[in-house]
Amino acid sequence: MRIDFPPGFLLFLTAALIALFGRNRKITGIIAVTGTLLTLAAVLSGIRYGLGELTFQFVGDPQTGEPLRLNLLQQNAPTSLFAAIFALMAFGGVLYSLHKNSRVELSGALFYAGSALCAVYAGDLVTLFICWELMAVGSTLVVLVGGQKHSRNSAMRYALVHFGGGVCFMAGITLYLVQGGSAALDSNPLSSVLVSYLSELNSLSSWLILIGVLINAGAPPFGAWLPDAYPEASETGMVFLSAFTTKTAVYVLMMLFAGAEILIYTGMVMAVYGIVYAILENDMRRILAYSIINQVGFMVCGIGIGSELALSGTAAHAFAHIIYKALLLMSAGSVLTMTGKRKCTDLGGLYQTMPVTMVCGIIGALAISAAPLTSGFTTKSMITSAAGFEAANTASAGSVYVLAWYVLTAASAGVFLHAGIKFPWFVFFQKDSGLRPPDPPINMKAAMVFFSGLCVLFGVWTEPVYSLLPFPPMEAHGDGVQTYNAWTVTHVLDQLQLLVASGVAFFLLLPLLKRTLTVTLDFDYIYRKCIPMFWHKVCIPLYSSYTGLVRGVFSEAERLKNQLTRISVKPDASGHQIMRAVINHDWPVGRIMTLVTLLLFLYLFLLFLKSG
Amino acid sequence: MNWIDFHLPVLLILLPLMGGVISIFLKWEHIAWLWTTMISSLVFVGSGRLLYLLHQLQGLKTQDGLIPSHISYFIGSWPRQWGIELRIDPLNIIFILVVSLMFFIVTVYARRSIASEIPGDRIHFFYSIWMLAITGLLGILVTGDAFNIYVLLEISSLTIYTLIAMGKERDPRALTASFRYLIQGSIGASFILLGIGYLLMITGTLNLQDMREQLLLLDDFSRNRTVMVASAFLMVGLGLKMALFPLHFWLPNAYAYAPSAVSALLAATATKVGVYMFFRFVFTVLDAGHRIYFVSIRDLIMICAGSGVLICSLMAIYQQNIKKMLAYSSVAQVGYIVLGLALNNEAGIAGSLVHVINHALIKGGMFMAVGAVTYRCGANMLSDFRGLGRQMPWTMAAFTAGGFGLIGFPLTAGFVSKWYLIRGAVEAGAWPVTVVILIGSLLAVIYVWRIIETIYFVAPENPERSVQEAPLSMLLPTLLVIAASLYFGFDAMLTGSLAEQAARVMLSGGLP
Repeated sequence: MRIDFPPGFLLFLTAALIALFGRNRKITGIIAVTGTLLTLAAVLSGIRYGLGELTFQFVGDPQTGEPLRLNLLQQNAPTSLFAAIFALMAFGGVLYSLHKNSRVELSGALFYAGSALCAVYAGDLVTLFICWELMAVGSTLVVLVGGQKHSRNSAMRYALVHFGGGVCFMAGITLYLVQGGSAALDSNPLSSVLVSYLSELNSLSSWLILIGVLINAGAPPFGAWLPDAYPEASETGMVFLSAFTTKTAVYVLMMLFAGAEILIYTGMVMAVYGIVYAILENDMRRILAYSIINQVGFMVCGIGIGSELALSGTAAHAFAHIIYKALLLMSAGSVLTMTGKRKCTDLGGLYQTMPVTMVCGIIGALAISAAPLTSGFTTKSMITSAAGFEAANTASAGSVYVLAWYVLTAASAGVFLHAGIKFPWFVFFQKDSGLRPPDPPINMKAAMVFFSGLCVLFGVWTEPVYSLLPFPPMEAHGDGVQTYNAWTVTHVLDQLQLLVASGVAFFLLLPLLKRTLTVTLDFDYIYRKCIPMFWHKVCIPLYSSYTGLVRGVFSEAERLKNQLTRISVKPDASGHQIMRAVINHDWPVGRIMTLVTLLLFLYLFLLFLKSG
Repeated sequence: MNWIDFHLPVLLILLPLMGGVISIFLKWEHIAWLWTTMISSLVFVGSGRLLYLLHQLQGLKTQDGLIPSHISYFIGSWPRQWGIELRIDPLNIIFILVVSLMFFIVTVYARRSIASEIPGDRIHFFYSIWMLAITGLLGILVTGDAFNIYVLLEISSLTIYTLIAMGKERDPRALTASFRYLIQGSIGASFILLGIGYLLMITGTLNLQDMREQLLLLDDFSRNRTVMVASAFLMVGLGLKMALFPLHFWLPNAYAYAPSAVSALLAATATKVGVYMFFRFVFTVLDAGHRIYFVSIRDLIMICAGSGVLICSLMAIYQQNIKKMLAYSSVAQVGYIVLGLALNNEAGIAGSLVHVINHALIKGGMFMAVGAVTYRCGANMLSDFRGLGRQMPWTMAAFTAGGFGLIGFPLTAGFVSKWYLIRGAVEAGAWPVTVVILIGSLLAVIYVWRIIETIYFVAPENPERSVQEAPLSMLLPTLLVIAASLYFGFDAMLTGSLAEQAARVMLSGGLP
């Protein structure tokens, strides 16, 4: 059946129904499972039978007089793949959280998933932006109800960063429209005027849009929100969070910036940055959070390369990544649920009592390391191959593609190090922590087994993924082109060499990698600590010294002292208390009138000055 | 029908005026309320009809360029040079609609809220003053005569001081708030009077249209000291009236301690009328000479408005009293409106006008929601909002939706305003303005966040406290206003086209 509405609407409806009627676990579960399955069906039927049209007028355009039309339903090149995995992920996430009644979290998460799903069907920049902002709300809600120690503050910072990115994005779009651009998105990013304009990056609008999107993609230095906020979500919430925000950013980058060279560098930095921090990290969920940045780095790099194969590889990798990252987080979440501990130093030896979690965790770890027979292998190699192909075809030997190829290959080894071995080793094996938790509830096991199955399935049977790719995965081979094949002897051997070498390295370096109780500093330190510190240590003392100055100059010490005591701040009051007291202190009318008079003179003076 | 259509402009003033006078004799609170509701609905229908008539005129204009797209009404059929002209054009019709709509809705809402906050023997006086205040506000909007503006401004101000002071039963600080407003408001009004006086001196007329034509005839218009002084007095006086930072000191306390319904009405209408006068004097009267009187002080106005957005949003973050927080946010929103106006291009002015409509709906709705909390909990401090998400779900849903509107979130009316304003700022190349608007919306995230978090995620101090959902007569108007604000976020064609049309008129010299 042809689909005449964005499938994301079904998720909105599900979220609303849960919010209204989700009185207990059973009702919530039934609504959520039905809703997500219907969404999946709608997405698949949209892929099979095509999409209808849905546009409506939003607001007039002061420049042209033509109303701005929002296009909610457009089949873009990467839409099918992203829509399919988003819908699948929504179902998987719901399955994983069935054991508890998470009415608020689940409605937030499904709203969030719905807006991400709407974003990939958007046919113009404004619709895209609207979905973008809706996502920020849903995901903030998921972090907010995370129930961890710092969830609330983290959620606040998360919201501010994302709305900050949103306004950046919006300013960029407006500027682009004012300069005469059209809001419509071209369904094929490689032949789009918009993409070629934006990816040149020689206008302010393209930079603003790029920064806005990169904030969501988690690129340093804007990406510190990710490891700050995600681990503060609940174990079920983080499974949702890991899938949508960064991958929607990848989708948007693909639709707007395919082939922008700066993305190759950004991607390489992300890939390396994620690995370094993940290796230093002790909290198992923060390790996985950093590894999201690392993986998204691969995708951003692929978008920067911008060939058909690279874009296909990126999309396929996003598809595979969502599955195995969710799987890893599910396994980490099961451990957290059953033990209540999240630090590697506190865990270990869990293989004895949590076999299902352990096996699924290892499958996820193998997939993220791109071991053959897992989904990671068939997708990631496409990006590296694209880099290698472009490198071979570029005249200059020191080209960025060569560098990209080296960095990506090295990063693949690094991934195996931090996520492939480190996570399962420290959590399930290593020293015995003495913990003997059982395997998690049945629904969590089911979700893990389901996603492990998908990891292996798409590792051996690539047809379904490849058929949804934005471009047919063609590879130059000898004189002609042929369909991309991950299963060549060289690919398999390369990857196995890489895995074995880094596996050996891990165990040789084990004493150095032993996790200690450390806290790593990231860019979020700036806004978490420095800005409040600036406010309390600089702004407020300045204000107080200003009042002191006034006191001295006008020698009205007694009167002002009375006034200040009316403000009545205790000597040890905190910055907030001082601000509150100062703000709520009403100015005397005389002072206000002086101000009014001054302003009048200022107006007159300016008028006099200008009129000459 | 024709007869009524013809007299509609004057009926907009006469209805609430007569209604107010009669209400003094309606000593039964329900009857007084019913009477007020009737009058307000008539006024609302009348202003809707005026919009329709104006549109018909504009329809004619496209076929024949001679028919003017404004409605003039000459009181007593005296020509405009001698008599009083009432004049409806695309600019003031927006304000008339906003004021009459909010007048009607808040009146419906007011019955229970007022009954709980004002002693029973004074309720009919309250409604009488309520209608007289609207008489003043609507009068300022429809009249085309400068002195009339001053007189009606005094009527509205005096009645509003009284309305605020009536909050004293709940909080005696209403009296000082009202008094301080009285002093500052009177100084503002006298500045306006001085400004009008200087203009009269130089042009010899009080009719705004005439004034403008006479000013155009001046040889030394751009250097005339009298006009210069007049414009300075007008700018500062109007700045006080519309609470443009740093002339806003009267507003937070006045809004915070007034009766709930009064706060809702004032937030939606009073400062907006100040903005209207600013538009009128800047664009219609002082337009000639390429708006030299505006252009030369534009930077100063922008600095005032921009710092208002930032500083008052910061102050809103620190408030514990929710009404006061909303009041500070109102000052910040006036900053947005004036920023748009100062951008002096079509998108900016349209943004400013769209925001007048949107903000009236959003802030009016939020004040009504807070009023419902006051009605149920007896207070409106942040701590009273704890746990209300479960106890008053609908009211809180309305409040939350309004909060999203203040942030300028997509699919709320606030987004449309932000869209136009940023567009105007970008078009004008005014980067500082863009940055201020964007930072302002982030600050709004913080102050809205504090409340939403308290509503839904903080357990009440006293878990046994049982609070019921607001009564329907208060809930429905609140939801209606908030729903309208959401609707205008989905589909901004109506508000947007009204505002754009008015913006074009303003830029072409205030002449339709």
